[in-house]
Amino acid sequence: MRYGLQSGTRTRFFLWSVELVAMVICTVFFLVPFYFIIVNSFKTSSEAAQFSMSWPKEFRMIENFVEVFTVRDHMLLLAYYNSTIITLFSILILIFVCSLTGFVMQRRRGKGPLVIQFLILAGLMVPPAIVPTIWVLDSLGLFKTMPGIILVMAALNIPFTTILYSGFISTIPREIDEAAVIDGCGSWRLYFHIIFPLLKPIHSTVIILSSVLVFNDFVHPLYFFPGAENVTVQLTLYNFMSMYRTEWNLLFANVLLVTIPPMILFLFFNRKIVDGMMAGSIKG
Amino acid sequence: MSKNVKSVYSYTLLIPAAIVYVTFFIVPTVFSFFFSLTRWTLIEWEFIGLENFIRFLKEPQLFIGFKNTLIFTVVTCVLKVIFGVMLAVLLTMNIKTKHFLRSVIFFPTLISFVAVGITFKVLMHPTSGWINQMLGLLGISGPNWLGSPRIAIYSVALVDVWKGVGFATVILIAGIMSIPKHYYEALEIDGGNRWNAFWHITLPLTRPAINIILTLSMIYGMRTFDLVWTMTGGGPGFSSDVIASIIYKQYQAGFYGLSTAGNVLLFLAVMLIVFPFYKFLTRKEVSV
Repeated sequence: MRYGLQSGTRTRFFLWSVELVAMVICTVFFLVPFYFIIVNSFKTSSEAAQFSMSWPKEFRMIENFVEVFTVRDHMLLLAYYNSTIITLFSILILIFVCSLTGFVMQRRRGKGPLVIQFLILAGLMVPPAIVPTIWVLDSLGLFKTMPGIILVMAALNIPFTTILYSGFISTIPREIDEAAVIDGCGSWRLYFHIIFPLLKPIHSTVIILSSVLVFNDFVHPLYFFPGAENVTVQLTLYNFMSMYRTEWNLLFANVLLVTIPPMILFLFFNRKIVDGMMAGSIKG
Repeated sequence: MSKNVKSVYSYTLLIPAAIVYVTFFIVPTVFSFFFSLTRWTLIEWEFIGLENFIRFLKEPQLFIGFKNTLIFTVVTCVLKVIFGVMLAVLLTMNIKTKHFLRSVIFFPTLISFVAVGITFKVLMHPTSGWINQMLGLLGISGPNWLGSPRIAIYSVALVDVWKGVGFATVILIAGIMSIPKHYYEALEIDGGNRWNAFWHITLPLTRPAINIILTLSMIYGMRTFDLVWTMTGGGPGFSSDVIASIIYKQYQAGFYGLSTAGNVLLFLAVMLIVFPFYKFLTRKEVSV
């Protein structure tokens, strides 16, 4: 913007004050809550119960984290294990089925792709029907099972992921397909040997985005994966909220532990996450 | 293109996606219309016509869900756009820390609703919460954010704005960055100031981005559940219940038909509100 490039004293003063305002607003509004979680997860339970922003008088970091992990027969470890398996397998399904769908949707002409597109848009808008889904899971013997929740998580993330894939596949030239067909490739061979390896960049976007979405999901495990042993990370956190009414330090330690995996992903893949989310939502 | 090449994009490639999507999304959605007309125990059902829907519209603790969902959706849509535009304009100015600040604003998008809900529930505590203590320093006695039936739903909506404004900002930044620079140069030659630039160039030309945010916030606003459930549980009483939390409560209580009727109403609301709204927005965009 040209306004930013002027070098007059007034403009420089203006930009300087804008910067100051931006810094203050952003740190106060967006970073203070994190600071609050972190300092309170280090405190003793009586100190954390004051909900204060002050620096811990007595550091109990290790003890708090050990306790959060061991409480209720290592429930949190089990939850991490469950969440990891659910995330891993639903992503594998998503990569496989959505890249195929995106491929056909992108390459075909005529009415077929329009129908697929409509179903995908509908899937983005329509909230899933809860009890009928439970009914379907139950009749297939999948209710309260790991495969059940994995398949539901995959199904509900198909629209968004397919949009990501079809956007990327539009950048791959059709000549590649034609050459492969002339060399005698069939549908599946063309896809597995030629197209799938070319999708590496978008595979990694999908892996990062879906792992955040699936790992952070609360409502679907709540409905489709109930049961004492069937905890996920977000459910544990929710359950601990009622349990730790007096031990806020442990609750905040738990919040921190649950926030760390997406935080790490964000530190490493900041650009990919932002671009991927934008691509998926803008094309949708 | 030869016939041979065309047939290589065989519909058989769609089978894996179709199996998963049809079984676990489309079938339940279609059957929800039938089961919403029944009294249902998962094992057997009894057809009762529109009784579930009538209950939803008649009983105040069910009907309040519509009102709150509407409030939540409108508040989050409007505030995300207003704050998003402000932050996007701020962060496309020539300031040094803009990349850092963009990350700071975007980061809450990646934290789970449960974690955000728990944190803000504490920060919004009426007496010892940080927000009211800060307001107290300014001489303002803060409200009982989550404990007062009149404002609880607004407080939850504000937290949703906090979590989601970073995403809106990022989309708007992309919109602003795609505006050709010479528009601003032309305006400057004509003697326009910053305010003119914002009002006559930035705002109209980021309309597509604003429309995306409005549509997305609307879709997510209408199905909101996580934050309401972790922060207020629909309370005090049922004053902050939204449609999605009522669906959950009825499900817990074993009223499966009634819960499914809530789902169907939510489906209809999304279709009747979001589709025409989206059509309206995109049509205006073309005629500009």
